[in-house]
Amino acid sequence: MMIRNKTLRGFAAVVGVAAIAVTAAGCGSSKTSSSSGGTCGHYNLAFLGAATGDNGALGQNMIGGIKLALKDYNAKHASCTVGLKTFDSQGDPTKAPPLATQIAQDTSIEGLIGPGFSGESLATGKTFFDAGLPSISPSATNVTITKQGWTTWHRVIGNDAAQGAADAKYLTGTAKAKKIFVIDDASDYGKGLATVVKAALGSSVTSTDEVQAKQTDFSATVAKVTGSSADAVFYGGYYAESGLLVKQLRQAGFKGLFVSGDGSEDPHFVTVAGASAANGAVLSAPAGPAPADFNTKYQAANGAPAGLYSTQAYDAANIFLAALDAGKTSHQDINTFIGSYTGTGASGPIAFDSKGDIKQSVIYAYFVKNGTLDVNNPTAIK
Amino acid sequence: LDFSFLHHSLIELTITGLALGAIYALVALGYTMVYGVLQLINFAHSEVFMFGTFAFAWIFVLIHGTAQVNETLWQVLPLLLLAMLGAMVVSSSIALLLERVAYRPLIKKNAPKLIALISAIGASFTLSEVMGLRDKIAGWVHLDGKLHNYVSGARDVYSNPVTIQPTGLFKLGNYNVTDIDVVVIAAALLMMVLLDQFVRRTRFGRGIRAVAQDPESAALMGVNSTKVVQVTFLIGGVMAGAAAALYMVRIGSTRQDAGFVLGVKAFTAAVLGGIGNLRGALLGGLTLGVAENYGAALFGNQWRDVVAFVLLVFILLVRPTGILGEALGKARA
Repeated sequence: MMIRNKTLRGFAAVVGVAAIAVTAAGCGSSKTSSSSGGTCGHYNLAFLGAATGDNGALGQNMIGGIKLALKDYNAKHASCTVGLKTFDSQGDPTKAPPLATQIAQDTSIEGLIGPGFSGESLATGKTFFDAGLPSISPSATNVTITKQGWTTWHRVIGNDAAQGAADAKYLTGTAKAKKIFVIDDASDYGKGLATVVKAALGSSVTSTDEVQAKQTDFSATVAKVTGSSADAVFYGGYYAESGLLVKQLRQAGFKGLFVSGDGSEDPHFVTVAGASAANGAVLSAPAGPAPADFNTKYQAANGAPAGLYSTQAYDAANIFLAALDAGKTSHQDINTFIGSYTGTGASGPIAFDSKGDIKQSVIYAYFVKNGTLDVNNPTAIK
Repeated sequence: LDFSFLHHSLIELTITGLALGAIYALVALGYTMVYGVLQLINFAHSEVFMFGTFAFAWIFVLIHGTAQVNETLWQVLPLLLLAMLGAMVVSSSIALLLERVAYRPLIKKNAPKLIALISAIGASFTLSEVMGLRDKIAGWVHLDGKLHNYVSGARDVYSNPVTIQPTGLFKLGNYNVTDIDVVVIAAALLMMVLLDQFVRRTRFGRGIRAVAQDPESAALMGVNSTKVVQVTFLIGGVMAGAAAALYMVRIGSTRQDAGFVLGVKAFTAAVLGGIGNLRGALLGGLTLGVAENYGAALFGNQWRDVVAFVLLVFILLVRPTGILGEALGKARA
């Protein structure tokens, strides 16, 4: 009975998801902006990522950055403007592949900014590689993506290996923690990051545990942490869980340091945890604060403040625009151009290694103080 | 297998497990009552709970504002009771709406149970999405500016601005039992006893039991079965509202899909205790909460659901109708 009904619900969910995926694919094509290319080449850039859905806010930050770059470029090249086509995957690896096929077949698209997240990057990388379409992701940080041999794939953000190493350095170097309890959420991102941290910490790891996405009661894990003599906790995962975890840890009397990665680096971390439990937490991210003039320009162009990944998306778009400016119009030429590109963008210095990873990435530690996440004054972890 | 940890933290794990289990049990009541009366699994009941959690947080935002503060349980008690009442009202309204829109038309037409189940799944998705799109819905009527504190970031976590800090009451072994643990467990038990007595001793309770046993004879004896079904949904909603309030006291934040996992667990608790059986729901909920904690302690947290469901399979193998049985004689509700 139980099992039959569960299966039914699962089946209904699958049907539902399929239906949504179909509509999303439909939306993708109908949503493409009509402001396509100018008189000279009908060039377009494409964005693939979460424009709506649970992580839509992040995607909108990226789209805003791209639009700002295009606005600057088109103002200078009024006779030969470049357009943007937006493909909304909702950040879902199951919805991204059909959109990727669509992008690969669209000959007006010169390059892709995206995919937004690691899951969809892994799901679509081969399609783009086979089509030879160069791409630059502003935000996908999973280590394995650049190990697939997809020579068209690049990112302008430090990967999880760089971040994990920096987190470990912060824990043992700056914070002088001796016994660290490492917890992750079993997701591609969280587990990946925690694995790097564990490897870098070595014998300083006193114990580990794994929570589940959407879990809200962590009493067993909390009992483990307070029962151990750990003086710091590292958590790999997102703010919905990390906020609750730090709240329940503090309520159970845990006094040590709480460190987490960019999945937790969000003001919601503080609202979920409550101000007093969140205070003192250190959250790392491979992105620094945007330069002041960028924020002003962004606000003027988009009517909304810049957010996480806005500068990276802006930089990624600018690299493609620089390629077009240099007269590179075939996918192959653009890809070669990106490979040898060096410059300083809004997010910092940019150059790529042979795998497509950014050569030099700075990981920043953000602090929660007086009940707010201080997004403007992070410290670079060196 | 970490037996020394389990042994060392047994009291802590038991008490936090009971507190979680008490919340499962209150939600399980909704599944079990509707099943008892209609032999129908109300899968949308998880959304009834979810709406309650939001109602609870909204009342705090309405009265307390959005400034983040820490308060003890006793400092916020009046507001907490008001918010709990609000959660019960909202949850039971949603439950009544469900009965009216998703079930009554089907029952009237004698539709197969499978159709009602599909209708329940549809209602569940709809309610969850309505909550997840509440910013857009408010935008249609141009209230999104005024309601900003309630509807913005509709798909994101929504937190009670007041963090309710537990205070240690007394030591049990090496665990400091907090007021929140005591209040959650005691409130859930109290609600259970009240409901049990209501079903056993009142006229309405007799009506519920009569319709559960034999709807046709009950109708011939003058029991208004439509009304009985309504009351059943209402009670399920009230219990889910209470569960939502206790959940928010313990956890403090919710989201538009918060009902799903908890709903599955509560349904499991209902089956574990014997679906259709009120006392079974209590026993099933508490057992499940404690088993999850023990399992997480023994095998690691990633195994908690495995342990819970292996327990379910094991109990159903030995007792196919759950721990207390599907129908507890005439006390069945």
